[in-house]
Amino acid sequence: MDLGQFILMRQELLLTFAALVVLVAEVFTGEKNKSRIINLTLCLFALVTIIGFIPGETGNLFGGSYQSSQLTVFMKNTLNLAVLIVFLQAESWLRKPENADKISEYFILTLSTLIGMNFMISAGDFLMFYIGLETATIPIAGLAAFDKIKSKSAEAGIKLILSSALSSGILLFGLSMLYGATGTIYFADMTGLVTKDPMILLGFIFFVSGMGFKISLVPFHFWTADVYEGAPINVTSYLSVVSKGAAAFIFSIVLFTVFKNIVELWKPMIYTLAIFTMTLGNLFAIRQDNIKRFLAFSSIAQAGFILLGILGAGELGMTAIVYFVLVYVFTNLGAFGVVAAIHNASGVENISGYNGLYQTNPKLGLLMTISLFSLAGIPPIAGFFGKFFLFTAAAGSGYYILVLIAVLNATISLYYYLLVIKAIFIEKNEQPIPTFRSSNAMRIALVMCITGVFVIGFASGIFEYIRSISKLFLN
Amino acid sequence: MTGFAYTILIPLIPLVMFLVTGLLGMKWKPIVSGILGTIGMGTSFVLSLITAGKYFFGSHLAEGFQTIIPMEISWLRFTETLIIKMGILLDPISVMMLVVITTVSFMVHLYSLGYMKGETGFARFYAFLSLFTFSMLGLVIATNIFQMYIFWELVGVSSFLLIGFYYQKPSAVAASKKAFIVTRFADLGFLIGILILSFVTGTFDFAQLTQPGTTIFGSAASMSFLGISALTWAMTLIFIGGAGKSAMFPLHIWLPDAMEGPTPVSALIHAATMVVAGVFLVARMFPVIHFQAPATQEIIGYVGGFTSLFAAVIAITQYDIKRVLAFSTLSQLGYMMLALGVSGYGGEDGLGYMASMFHLFTHAMFKALLFLGAGSIIHAVHSNNMSDMGGLRKYMPITHATFLIACLTIAGVPFLSGFFSKDEILAAALHHNKLLFAVEFIVAGLTAFYMFRLYFCVFWGKDRHYHHTPHESPLVMTIPLMFLAVASVFAGYLPFAELVTSDKIAFESQMDFAVAIPSVLIGLFGIAMAWLLYKKESALPEKLALKWGVLYTATFNKFYFDEIYLFVTRKIIFNYISRPIAWFDRHIIDGFMVGIGTTTEKVSYRIKGMQSGQLQQYAFMFVAGTLALTLSMLYFLM
Repeated sequence: MDLGQFILMRQELLLTFAALVVLVAEVFTGEKNKSRIINLTLCLFALVTIIGFIPGETGNLFGGSYQSSQLTVFMKNTLNLAVLIVFLQAESWLRKPENADKISEYFILTLSTLIGMNFMISAGDFLMFYIGLETATIPIAGLAAFDKIKSKSAEAGIKLILSSALSSGILLFGLSMLYGATGTIYFADMTGLVTKDPMILLGFIFFVSGMGFKISLVPFHFWTADVYEGAPINVTSYLSVVSKGAAAFIFSIVLFTVFKNIVELWKPMIYTLAIFTMTLGNLFAIRQDNIKRFLAFSSIAQAGFILLGILGAGELGMTAIVYFVLVYVFTNLGAFGVVAAIHNASGVENISGYNGLYQTNPKLGLLMTISLFSLAGIPPIAGFFGKFFLFTAAAGSGYYILVLIAVLNATISLYYYLLVIKAIFIEKNEQPIPTFRSSNAMRIALVMCITGVFVIGFASGIFEYIRSISKLFLN
Repeated sequence: MTGFAYTILIPLIPLVMFLVTGLLGMKWKPIVSGILGTIGMGTSFVLSLITAGKYFFGSHLAEGFQTIIPMEISWLRFTETLIIKMGILLDPISVMMLVVITTVSFMVHLYSLGYMKGETGFARFYAFLSLFTFSMLGLVIATNIFQMYIFWELVGVSSFLLIGFYYQKPSAVAASKKAFIVTRFADLGFLIGILILSFVTGTFDFAQLTQPGTTIFGSAASMSFLGISALTWAMTLIFIGGAGKSAMFPLHIWLPDAMEGPTPVSALIHAATMVVAGVFLVARMFPVIHFQAPATQEIIGYVGGFTSLFAAVIAITQYDIKRVLAFSTLSQLGYMMLALGVSGYGGEDGLGYMASMFHLFTHAMFKALLFLGAGSIIHAVHSNNMSDMGGLRKYMPITHATFLIACLTIAGVPFLSGFFSKDEILAAALHHNKLLFAVEFIVAGLTAFYMFRLYFCVFWGKDRHYHHTPHESPLVMTIPLMFLAVASVFAGYLPFAELVTSDKIAFESQMDFAVAIPSVLIGLFGIAMAWLLYKKESALPEKLALKWGVLYTATFNKFYFDEIYLFVTRKIIFNYISRPIAWFDRHIIDGFMVGIGTTTEKVSYRIKGMQSGQLQQYAFMFVAGTLALTLSMLYFLM
């Protein structure tokens, strides 16, 4: 095998290299200079992200175990961008004295999970898929328990590892059934062999349950709220955006390619899951006062919307999902960024603590408002287009009732997003969060988010590009 | 016809003004933002007038007005055929709307220099006004339904900001939220309607959709859902969107509450622009609705008729001056919808369409005048409540005169604009639907009655105990009043039948005296009733006490009549008809909408227990979920 072919997995290699550099830097940096690792990693990762955008060859490796296409490259770049924003937002948090000895841990763990996700997205068989999935999951448990002295954080870690063990077990069981029934683990070979055989169907259902856990679909979502609340904010935002986005990518890839023969069987299933996920996610979100929990449930509802794209099986559905996740990255990280900035400065985590925010920190207040409007899907902000394309994908397959339910849910979600906006602008507060200045890195991250939220909505080229590469991928 | 490329400036100037005053407004003296915004709006206003002059009176083809698209960019290729564009479309109704919006907006900009003086957030207010005007202009010049939807939502957002402008005032905030959410609920219908329509026809463009005799509906007619054709669904859903913005029953509940916003905002949003967006939408889609979805057109007619009656009855009982005007607006919007509902297509059949647009135009002028006049009154007496007002004609001559003109216009007094447009609507209704005609006929009387009830209560009668003597508003506020008063008087003389018609071809419209005479009479009757009941309301008892013995017989008949009338109106109509309807509106319709909200909250509270924090339970739910999926799969296999 020609070593030159390894350029196909350039993104994974770059990430591995970055992780190793951080590891080496950790060894060679003195106790007092640990915070330099932050600057080093930020610069390094920014470079990795930029290099990732350089167009390159695509193709297969390891006899089809690893597949790279323009679409998967785009997905990975989306995730890289998201992680870059998360890192920038984490900067001032990592500089706090209590985290001084854990800086490189944070980066290495996060990078490892990202590498796992990249391999998962590029998987050409279920073995590569599973290895990627586990590589992406296990370090997250460590991240969730990052504030190990806080019992909530420790609880989050243990809850995540235990419930993901269960889900991975079921998922693996499903995969082995699929292998047993078809005699292959390769996606390309299995596509033709998938029939309505009961064993295959059971394997398929187990696969859906396992993925439902990752994307936090109702009723596989229960871990989400506790883990999101317990984990440090910068881990929560990573979980809710990057981890969920990656899972949504691979889920749609596998459904659209491997299981395309039984599409009529899985559509009703996804239909039901979509209704439950959107509705219950929304109903839970209404009552939350903890802003992290609030965003957790709202992100469950958002996951329900992604399923609408899956129902639009095919090119349009794929495009809608990738586009939605791209928008979701900027939108949700914008909201999480504000939450993180406020938490760093004042420790406030409750919505009622946000009362009167606009008086003292108008910029953050506005940014939060725009992010929430985008999440609610108000045009002309990007979030609207993301949702609109998902709705169109579903409507294109004739699911008008579902679209109606989805739009109703979007309206309900507007109600609770407005509750937060109301707190920011209207509610009186004797002691509002004092005026503060966020770190430069945080500012850069927030500017990136706000730019993304507007630019992606207006730059139609992005959608058209995604559509062209989705077409290429699916044909 | 070319040379319309400059029309891009009409919406662009307010957008620039929004960005400039929004971003830099904090650094200047507030008044600078106000003046800048007003100058910008004035420019747009002049440009709109030039456009209208050039479009309507420039050279045009004998077979009617063309649809001109001076500018259009393909913004997004959605599928091979479905392309989202952004552009400018000029046709009679959009040019007319440009004039309406910029006129009223300019007047409101000018007026607010006086009205909002000294308010905190003066610059912010002007930024929002510009944003709103921009969105509204973008809405009317949309070349396709998708562009319209985007601006439609933007209008919703900016009106949310404007209504909630007094954000220290909880009621204003609640109202803005209510307005936003109720209209969003309606918009979901609109969105789904667009999706269905675009999938059925493969296009978003108005030019293709509304071309008569187009073939794009060829295969669509056979598609149906629940026994109703896909196009009827699409059009009805789109109408629901329009009904939300135009506050048609039962989606009207947000409008009266929205009066919590600053009064000039009410004049702009709730009289002339945003609320007519729904009517405009129906007019824009009219050929599709008329030919492809006649059932929807029926619905539109009846919803309009019912709303106009319902709102007129409620208006009689209101004491808040702005609420009276709000219900009056509802009622007049109902008129416009009804006219579209009974209209045919082409030539004289399209009388209803023409009448609706005509009324939209005249109503914009006189209703904006009424709201601005009300603002001037509120400015003087610092109250919204009619019982705090009285005898104001002495103190505020200009406001009084202009307000009177507006009242006469809306009451349909001959030779004022409202008379002409209302007459056309009644004539159109008479030819198509007798029941709706009867409803509108009654509403015409009610309208005259409640408007003059308002007028007499405010300007006549006894002086109240004012904190300080009311005085006329400054010139910057009265100039818009005078301008709009002139417009209200003369707008009726525009030859609408030659300019704005359903098929863009001029037709002869004649005054239908069989309709005009009774409608004028019932209007005058309404005014007379109001005069009897409210002008002398406070004077009557005193006079009677003085002359009881001497002129008993002379006054007897009149007095007797008064008594009966008082009995009928006060005891019967008020207590048994209007009050219950008002109550029904407040508690049942409103309550239902609120109920949806509270139910959601309750359900949300109930299911909270599911999220217990117990890992075992989570695992159990996980396995149960998998099992449920398996069972459902088994079900589907069977």
